[in-house]
Amino acid sequence: MTNMPYDRAPGGTSIPAKAEAGTSPGLLIYTTGLLLAVALTATSFWAANTTRLWAPGVPLGLVVLAIAQMGIHLVFFLHITTGSDNTNNVLALAFGVLIVLLVVSGSLWIMTNLNDNMMPPPPTMIMPMDMPMRP
Amino acid sequence: MNVAVAAYDIEPDAAPTANEAGPAPKRIVVAYGFWIFLLSDIVMFSALFAAYAVLVSATAGGLAGVQLFNQRSVAIETACLLASSYTSGLMSLAVNKRHRAGTYLFAALTFALGATFLTLEIREFAGMIAIGASPQRSAFLSAFFALVGCHGLHVAAGLIWLAVMMAQVATKGFRANVERRLLCFALFWHALDIIWVWLFTVVYLLGVRP
Repeated sequence: MTNMPYDRAPGGTSIPAKAEAGTSPGLLIYTTGLLLAVALTATSFWAANTTRLWAPGVPLGLVVLAIAQMGIHLVFFLHITTGSDNTNNVLALAFGVLIVLLVVSGSLWIMTNLNDNMMPPPPTMIMPMDMPMRP
Repeated sequence: MNVAVAAYDIEPDAAPTANEAGPAPKRIVVAYGFWIFLLSDIVMFSALFAAYAVLVSATAGGLAGVQLFNQRSVAIETACLLASSYTSGLMSLAVNKRHRAGTYLFAALTFALGATFLTLEIREFAGMIAIGASPQRSAFLSAFFALVGCHGLHVAAGLIWLAVMMAQVATKGFRANVERRLLCFALFWHALDIIWVWLFTVVYLLGVRP
């Protein structure tokens, strides 16, 4: 708990004076973040290409890995934490995530529903565009 | 908070509350405003992601992602962007210490890695267009070029911004307003990397699965 009456700037440190005195904590944080992000990225690329995993579960696993890596970036690179001086930043982020989830899941839900309820097109419509019309 | 408890807490040497201390320093206000902008930018990207996810199978008889995407090139692009995010963080540390040579060094590394990323992406786009997979070919390709191209434009804008900031550090030094702009640039660059995480997951890894 700090004595600062203000919120922390996103990406900033909570006490600038302390950051100038010490040398390593910032470097350690960024390096930890890089190593974790590299590990998660490598896992993602491995999981997408391997045949040793249960194939239907891989897409879900890739999404989970992406969420984890987003969390790593937010905490170690953008310094968004759960500290009391960071509440406003976290609240703004939570609102952004809410809108993103609404836009993506809402679009997918509605468009899947429309596709399912669509009448089958007449046979001429489903012909590929670059195929010549039969005489 | 209970009023009585609050009154009991006040001591002569206690830190002032936000109300008593007056408005927050400009650095905090500016960074918070830029954070709001970044989140709105991410909301815009979510619309492009939604369009891509809806149209991913609308290939109109043309080439699909599994034939078009080269995962090796994407892996190199990902490595470049992640490394540039790291060097951008090291640049922020150098800026905090008012270390001029370190700032230039890490800015140059960030710029070089970002430029490599952009070059690889442009080559990928040019190769796709050369074999007839241009944005007007199918709804899938329109959505692909809109989504990935929009991220590429952001990276290009970030590179220009970084070059301008280095010119400002050279001519103006570490003034308060220059430091605020450098803080905003670091936020922007890290946010671009977060968007790229979703891009390579959704487009290049999930998009090529049978």
